[in-house]
Amino acid sequence: MYELLVDLGGWLTGPEQWSGSDGIGVRLLEHLQYSALATVVAAAIALPIGLLIGHTGRGAFLAINLSSFGRALPTVGLVVLVFLASGLSMTPVYVALVALAVPAIVTNTYAGMAAVDRDVKDAARGQGMRWHQVLFQVELPLALPLIMTGLRLALIQVVATATIAAYVSFGGLGRYVFDGLAQRDLVQVLGGAVLVAVLAVALDLLLAGAQRLLFRHRAPATA
Amino acid sequence: MIQFQAVHKQFPNGTTAVHDLSLDLPEGGVTVLVGSSGCGKTTTLRMINRMVEPTSGTIRVAGKDVTEQDAAELRRSIGYVIQQAGLFPHRTVLDNIATVPLLLGWGRRKARARAAELLDTVGLTADAGKRYPHQLSGGQQQRVGVARALAADPPVLLMDEPFGAVDPVVRTQLQDELLRLQQELGKTIVFVTHDIDEAVRLGDRIAVFRTGGHLVQCAPPEELLARPADAFVADFLGAERGLKLLSLTGIAALPQGAAPDGGRWELLRDPAGKPLAWRDTDTDTETPVRPLKGTDSLLSALNESVASPTGLIARVDEDGVLTGVTDRDTIHDHANRLHVTASRDTLAADDADTLAADDADAPAAAVAVEAVEAVEATKGGGPA
Ligand SMILES: Nc1ncnc2c1ncn2[C@@H]1O[C@H](COP(=O)(O)OP(=O)(O)O)[C@@H](O)[C@H]1O
Ligand SMILES: [Mg+2]
Repeated sequence: MYELLVDLGGWLTGPEQWSGSDGIGVRLLEHLQYSALATVVAAAIALPIGLLIGHTGRGAFLAINLSSFGRALPTVGLVVLVFLASGLSMTPVYVALVALAVPAIVTNTYAGMAAVDRDVKDAARGQGMRWHQVLFQVELPLALPLIMTGLRLALIQVVATATIAAYVSFGGLGRYVFDGLAQRDLVQVLGGAVLVAVLAVALDLLLAGAQRLLFRHRAPATA
Repeated sequence: MIQFQAVHKQFPNGTTAVHDLSLDLPEGGVTVLVGSSGCGKTTTLRMINRMVEPTSGTIRVAGKDVTEQDAAELRRSIGYVIQQAGLFPHRTVLDNIATVPLLLGWGRRKARARAAELLDTVGLTADAGKRYPHQLSGGQQQRVGVARALAADPPVLLMDEPFGAVDPVVRTQLQDELLRLQQELGKTIVFVTHDIDEAVRLGDRIAVFRTGGHLVQCAPPEELLARPADAFVADFLGAERGLKLLSLTGIAALPQGAAPDGGRWELLRDPAGKPLAWRDTDTDTETPVRPLKGTDSLLSALNESVASPTGLIARVDEDGVLTGVTDRDTIHDHANRLHVTASRDTLAADDADTLAADDADAPAAAVAVEAVEAVEATKGGGPA
């Protein structure tokens, strides 16, 4: 056990691991690139849905139940399914990652919108704001802390799951896991897993910190 | 200025909130809509700025049917203050106040300059403008709510229980300031409250509503107190109706005489002529005196005359300098006459209702006499 840890430490800190076209540096960037693209696409789909449901109050049932649906979704199964349908490309990976991210964003966006004080929305209308002004000048800014939480959760989930890109022979940190498994190289498998975990936790802390900084003047109830 | 013509509002769930309302609110002055909770005051108010659409009937503001105007534009032209203020928590106080000017496209600089001006108008410091609403007290938030409604200088102001959520001391303060502001601005204000005392304090006219959205009576407070249209209104006005009427009348018209000279009681004054205390020359003791101005009410005069060892109240001018004294009997006489005149005025103004008037007349006068006697009784046998 101790030896394993020493080997792992050596693997993670070896300079040759970090450079080169299949070094950790490149894999990390690939991993981030997959994750970022998937999250952006998911946001582009989920935000309008969440905002619309929140603003109109219609379809709340969908927004609330989407998250449990999201948790039940078998990601690898989805990759295989889309892979079979579309052939070898990144598409199935992105489809799976986006499908994973959408529910968290929709649910949190809706929750943020639903938490906006009715009196405040009423006052906004009463001062003469049109519906889009109420949405963009009042509801959206007030829901923003929760919307950002949704985006952060989605990104973390996507980062943790983007290892599946390697499963269909693409890059990212998953490479180490799947290559390690194929080569029965436990240190490499562990190294890949640790890198994914550290990346996810680091991003989470970074974004949570940014959120706190951004909304520091908010009343405790809305922050 | 604001006209309701056979306005009816039934909500989709079948609740009739406003029943066949016809009401004319003249330009300038405060009309208070009063009644117990759920009697349709808020709905009535919100139909004026189209936050609620009437089921039938017409509402006109400045002669124009509100339903023929763009709702958002209409609302920008009407100030709206709600309970709990409804301020935008993510915007500074200054930006909250600048809301309507910004919607009207004044530009950020001009809107902020106007907002800064209004901070002062509603009695807030410039420093408060930089804060966020949750950093202010409830009373201060209400002030911001009023400032926000006034920002684009609308001729009409709608206020829905704006002072309902603040403590009584602050409420009185805010009411005073609203009256002061209104003297300066002369807006047409529609004010909703369930508090009859607030209605009497603020209203130039009071419209009393009954559950089911029925308007029962709309009259100036003096008339309402002297001659409630029916038992419901009388009941709503409460047992102290007579005293409330006294609280509405100033004492400027009360005759005054010279302060007593050389008797047992001496009125002490400071060098500027401001009354300080009654001195009993027999026992060499002093009783502090609270002098009254012409704008003070008959009720406070009655109260002072009872508290005064001489039965005299000290009258002062605007600067607090003694102008004379008035005795208890004169105050009582005036109080009695007030109730009788208030009733008679209404009789003349409305002969169609003579029968009802006769009914209401008696209790009003009775209440007044009772009130005077009650105050007298509490006083007991002091020196005459
Ligand atoms: N949006 C609504 N839908 C259904 N009923 C309503 C609605 N708003 C108010 N009501 C009902 O209409 C009546 C009058 O309400 P409201 O005007 O708010 O009274 P008030 O302001 O005098 O307390 C009440 O019975 C209330 O329950
Ligand atoms: Mg109400």
